[in-house]
Amino acid sequence: MADILFAAWLIARKDLTIEFRTRSAFFSAVVFALLSMAIFYYAWDPTAVTATDLAPGVLWVIFTFSGLLGLHRSFGVEAADHAIDGLLASPVSRESIFLGKAIANLIFVAGVQLVAIPALVLFYNLPLGNVAGPLVAIAVLAAIGLVAVGTLFSAMAVNTRLAELLLPMLALPFFVPIVTAAAQATAKLLSGRPVIEAAAWLKLLLAFDIVFVAACTLAYPFTVED
Amino acid sequence: MSSKISSDATAAAVPIVEVSELTRAFGSRRAVAGVSFSLAAGECLAVFGPNGAGKTTLLRVLAGLLKPTSGSARVSGIQLPGGALARSRIGLISHHTMLYEALSPRENVAFAARLYGIRDARPRVDDALGRMAMLERGNTPVRSLSRGMQQRVSIARAMVHSPQLVLADEPYNGLDDSGARALTALLQELRGAGTAIIIVTHNLAEGLSLATRAAVMQSGRFVRQDTVDRIDAGSYTRTYREALGTGG
Repeated sequence: MADILFAAWLIARKDLTIEFRTRSAFFSAVVFALLSMAIFYYAWDPTAVTATDLAPGVLWVIFTFSGLLGLHRSFGVEAADHAIDGLLASPVSRESIFLGKAIANLIFVAGVQLVAIPALVLFYNLPLGNVAGPLVAIAVLAAIGLVAVGTLFSAMAVNTRLAELLLPMLALPFFVPIVTAAAQATAKLLSGRPVIEAAAWLKLLLAFDIVFVAACTLAYPFTVED
Repeated sequence: MSSKISSDATAAAVPIVEVSELTRAFGSRRAVAGVSFSLAAGECLAVFGPNGAGKTTLLRVLAGLLKPTSGSARVSGIQLPGGALARSRIGLISHHTMLYEALSPRENVAFAARLYGIRDARPRVDDALGRMAMLERGNTPVRSLSRGMQQRVSIARAMVHSPQLVLADEPYNGLDDSGARALTALLQELRGAGTAIIIVTHNLAEGLSLATRAAVMQSGRFVRQDTVDRIDAGSYTRTYREALGTGG
């Protein structure tokens, strides 16, 4: 297990180094998130819908689509000059490759969230108060599920001619239960309900994470078998 | 890497590769069709043949990137696809460089070294890059290098873990004269140290100068297989030209 995690960290570190050098996907995702937020803000009629009702939906729609930008790039860097062959021919396990990619994607999504959540709070003047901690927990749990599913489908889509189109088509249906649970839990918190009311959604997110991480890690080797 | 290379006269008797009736099909098309050969430590098999003959597919099966449809292949006694242990003994040079453009040669080779379990990678990385005369450009992003220089880095990447079997698919592609000489010297040194080599090339003279055995592949089969000391260059060239004439 230690070997699998060590190799996964090597791969994640390599991916993050490449992203840090190029910064293309991260800046694209952050700009996309901020622009979408601005569009939602100016299209919003505060007399019809309150900020606390609108913000959870906006937040998770934006995370879903900005996350896809990074997920698409995840295996895209391996496609250039067949770098993936170097990984697959090396003695690291297929599971390490998947986990390494997923860890890098998780850090990528967390980075986007780190910019987008404060921006959303400012745009909609949200009463964070003492719900900041539980909100971070929701963001982390939802990100884990989204990244597990997205990383698997990124691996499947990368060698197709319509990868940019195929990845969202494959991944979005699987994102629905995660985004629903995350948006519901966020809504409970932002509307000032007791944290315990969001607990059921948090547990559901945790269950999704366990199932998706396990299933996607086990399924990944089949996506690279020729 | 040099510390691992030592001459071993007894190594020649150890079978590194044993391939028996190996077949790999894509749908109804058999890219490799019943290929058999064995290769001892220190031996080099040169495989010639026209485009589409199945040479690259054969190497990809031996590298563990493709599963055989039927037949068997063993590397160091491990049945393929043999998981991490078998893959750790193989160095693959592809006609794709398999490098990350945003990383430097040093970072690319160090990443590969760590994947192969080399903890203190730096001396091995410097040695591998030095052998391909790429130390001076070791910190330049790969995207800034010429195709030939990228190929040199790719070769260093494949050799950094001192593999027992080197699979080289058109390794001279893009190399200038000095790069080609460095590669030939490196492959000869590896052979001397007991590494088995399978080299796929279109250049008969280049392949035969390195090889102890040679095969012509056509339509997925070895239509001719000889030890180099028994090869009559004239008839061999004829067989090769005939294979080229008929296509894959």
